Amino acid sequence: MPRIPLETTAPALISIEINGRKCAGHEGESVLDIALRNGIDIPHYCTHPDLPVDANCRTCLVEMQDGVIVTSCSLKAAEGMVIKTNTPAVIKLRTQNMELLFGKYKHKSFKSLHGYWSKTLEELKRYGISGDTYKRDDPKRPIHKLGTAAEFDPSLCIACNKCVEICQLIGICHLTLEGKGSKTRVGFNKDASNDCIYCGQCTAHCPVEAIREQSHLVEVEKALKDKTKIVIAQMAPSVRNSVGEGFGVEYGKDLTPQLCTAFRMLGFSKVFDVNMGADITTMVEAEELVERLTHKWEYADGKRKDAPVQGPMFTSCCPGWVKFVEFYEPGLIPNLTTSRSPQIHSGGAYKTWWAEREGIDPKNIIVVSLMPCTSKKYEAKFDHLKIDGHAPVDYVLTTRELISLLKTRKIDLPNLKPGSVDREGTYSGAAAIYGASGGVMESALRTAYKMAAGGDLPGIDFEPVRGFTGLKKASVKIGTHTVNLAVAAMPKNIRPLLREIKKNPDAYDYIEVMACPGGCIGGGGQPIPNTFEIVKKRIAGLYKIDKAMNLRRAHDNPVVKEFFEYLKTVTDAKRKSLLYRGYSRKLKGE
Amino acid sequence: MPNDLIGKLKAANIIGRGGAGYPAWKKWTAVRDATNMPKYVICNASEREPDTHKDFHILKNYPEKVFRGMELAIDTIGGTDGIFNLNGEYYKELKSSLDVLIEEAKNCGYNYRIKVFEEAPSYIGGEETALLNAIEGKRCEPRLKPPFPTDKGLFGCPTLIHNVETLYDIARVAEGTYDGDRFYTVSGAVSNPGVFRLDADIPILDILHQTNNVPSEAYFVQAGGGGSGIVLNSKQIATEPVRGSGAIIVHSSDESPKKLILRWVSFFAQESCGKCTPCREGTYQLLQLLKEKKRKTIPWKEMEPILQVLEKTSFCALGRSVPIPIRSYLKNVLQQS
Repeated sequence: MPRIPLETTAPALISIEINGRKCAGHEGESVLDIALRNGIDIPHYCTHPDLPVDANCRTCLVEMQDGVIVTSCSLKAAEGMVIKTNTPAVIKLRTQNMELLFGKYKHKSFKSLHGYWSKTLEELKRYGISGDTYKRDDPKRPIHKLGTAAEFDPSLCIACNKCVEICQLIGICHLTLEGKGSKTRVGFNKDASNDCIYCGQCTAHCPVEAIREQSHLVEVEKALKDKTKIVIAQMAPSVRNSVGEGFGVEYGKDLTPQLCTAFRMLGFSKVFDVNMGADITTMVEAEELVERLTHKWEYADGKRKDAPVQGPMFTSCCPGWVKFVEFYEPGLIPNLTTSRSPQIHSGGAYKTWWAEREGIDPKNIIVVSLMPCTSKKYEAKFDHLKIDGHAPVDYVLTTRELISLLKTRKIDLPNLKPGSVDREGTYSGAAAIYGASGGVMESALRTAYKMAAGGDLPGIDFEPVRGFTGLKKASVKIGTHTVNLAVAAMPKNIRPLLREIKKNPDAYDYIEVMACPGGCIGGGGQPIPNTFEIVKKRIAGLYKIDKAMNLRRAHDNPVVKEFFEYLKTVTDAKRKSLLYRGYSRKLKGE
Repeated sequence: MPNDLIGKLKAANIIGRGGAGYPAWKKWTAVRDATNMPKYVICNASEREPDTHKDFHILKNYPEKVFRGMELAIDTIGGTDGIFNLNGEYYKELKSSLDVLIEEAKNCGYNYRIKVFEEAPSYIGGEETALLNAIEGKRCEPRLKPPFPTDKGLFGCPTLIHNVETLYDIARVAEGTYDGDRFYTVSGAVSNPGVFRLDADIPILDILHQTNNVPSEAYFVQAGGGGSGIVLNSKQIATEPVRGSGAIIVHSSDESPKKLILRWVSFFAQESCGKCTPCREGTYQLLQLLKEKKRKTIPWKEMEPILQVLEKTSFCALGRSVPIPIRSYLKNVLQQS
């Protein structure tokens, strides 16, 4: 699949010849990128458009006109260059290096051991790699768990360094390369003041599934086979328009209708939607925002004497960001919205409101979230989020796990007959954009505006907080008050904002933070490759979904209205346990 | 005049004595013409090539000359910082003399700084870009080239890196005392091992003669370094000079071929930085092949595909040079007898 679109702006266009074919590219672009864009397949395991060129895997070999064999990732294209990717010498050397890299891989890979489809295994087959020629050095290290989100298997690591580089790029620096020679593998920052936030960007950049999500595939399949259980599928906003990448579908294309059919084919009893939960989150968060703002305004006017929480309100639907606050900045805990996150809201709603209405014992309900995220696995395991002793979400599958499950079951997703979500999964366009950085804020503002000022946020579309940019600032007028906003994605963009707030706590009123580049749509559970350019296309797809919907405000969602009616009938304690949550300081590894 | 010195280096054909043999005047011109500041000059005294000790010998006996070479380089290219990258073991022994020179330079009123970087032991640390990473506090592994250190070196700034012997030669060119000689380290099955200064480019046999080191029994040599050096038989050395770091290791023909190859492979496997596939994985697999207990002979057939990827696809010279001693030993010694 093409990785980078050919931009016609700069630099100069050139033409090179690959395997006798004329291919267009930019002066200085790598031969590998030009080849991939032109549909010429070259294996590569250590190159990523957003990260430095390391040229260490030595598999993307090509032959130049003079017979010299070089790595195409580090070969800069120049006009008239003549390249061959499939000469006997290239194939021999490439095969040898891959045999060295993947010795005994298939005997250790999680997906292979459990019979699941894997991208890496498919590639090895395609390139004719047996994986049996060599047995690699055993680093004698156990599988390392990153909370309950991700895990690292040192025996599969090929030291490509991509996870280390993306961890640095987003601004956490928890991963590092350690060891020498054949023992070189990824290691972990042992500094007590450094910890992983479970965003899983490492897993979205590992080319060989050595660092990966902690899989729930086996458990989900077991639940699907259990006739005594009602298994609910609920899908996050970002999964629907990126899952298609696993099937060669164009970037950003919404496959919700096909996915609904697929979930039923997989054996799910109900197809609901995390988007419905997102509409609940919007309601709760908007209400809290209005409350906090009103408190501030009234305190400033002298109408109220008790001091409000100083500083902005932060979103909290990203568990990576929540872990960041709880570990690195616990002083900000009072500033996090007390609202639960979408998957927890909807999961909780289905196990109470829906279960009671249908007369189903919640212990027989299994809620499976399909998420673009690994930290959602971590969030789902929290005891303190349980309602009446039941976890709102039982299992979380990443978009990648979903692709693997569909491929294993030979379900040809793009060509399925369209279906639709069950009624209780109804959602608004405001929920659909939750996946993009700025989307949560925009959704909350649509509803908060209505609550505080009445009517619609002018234009509904709130452009200033949209787009891939890592740090966005804007303001909006609600009544006579100016509300200052900021949207940050990736910890490296959060830190300057936090410094600003330390100097002037009231610089902002409302801040949305997501751990991943571009928001959940660029999340750690998304298909590989997960590149900035691809994330931008997925984002465009999300806004298209919102634009095409009639229902565009959370507060207009009839299912959410029904749920809030239900809340009036339950005890105050239960209502609180369904809508709100608390936070606590976290230690390393928690 | 500094510019004259570059001309003199060109005329005297001063080349890098670390092993690569790149003309010094080209590096100087590149760093001098670079516009970025600061500019660094690094003296590389890593010297981790097995059986090579000439850098230590020079620093021990002629530290002020090497220091002079460093100062000339800094003056000529407009440098701001000089760094001695020292093999930690060397520094222990050389500390007394080097520290005095650094202190003197400080008190001379120069506006540049000279300091010592004590290197953690590693063969790859001798590779100039790996050395830059080590000084920057990064993982000691080679960088992709280009950019070359003369353009983007230490902390991204123009950097001139010279081996100890090169700086020594440069000081003598400036003084007018350089006469086309070089240092040789002779070791192994010889009666008079040591470091010797003789004419550059003379045949190895002449060196053995002049240093009173011609063995009485049948022998062969490894020339250029105890790791990456090429193996030559006793006939070939009558005409072949030593390249690389100038080390000559004499082996008795009685030596066990398997043990010798195992020694080379163990060295490379241990010293591989782990960056690229052929070197990281390939040297390990070579080692496993040679260590197989039930195997009595050398597994040439199984080794060959690994040697090929090492030679043709390794990231840096360390991996690319693994096949040199092994293959030349097979061709020049084993297949001759």
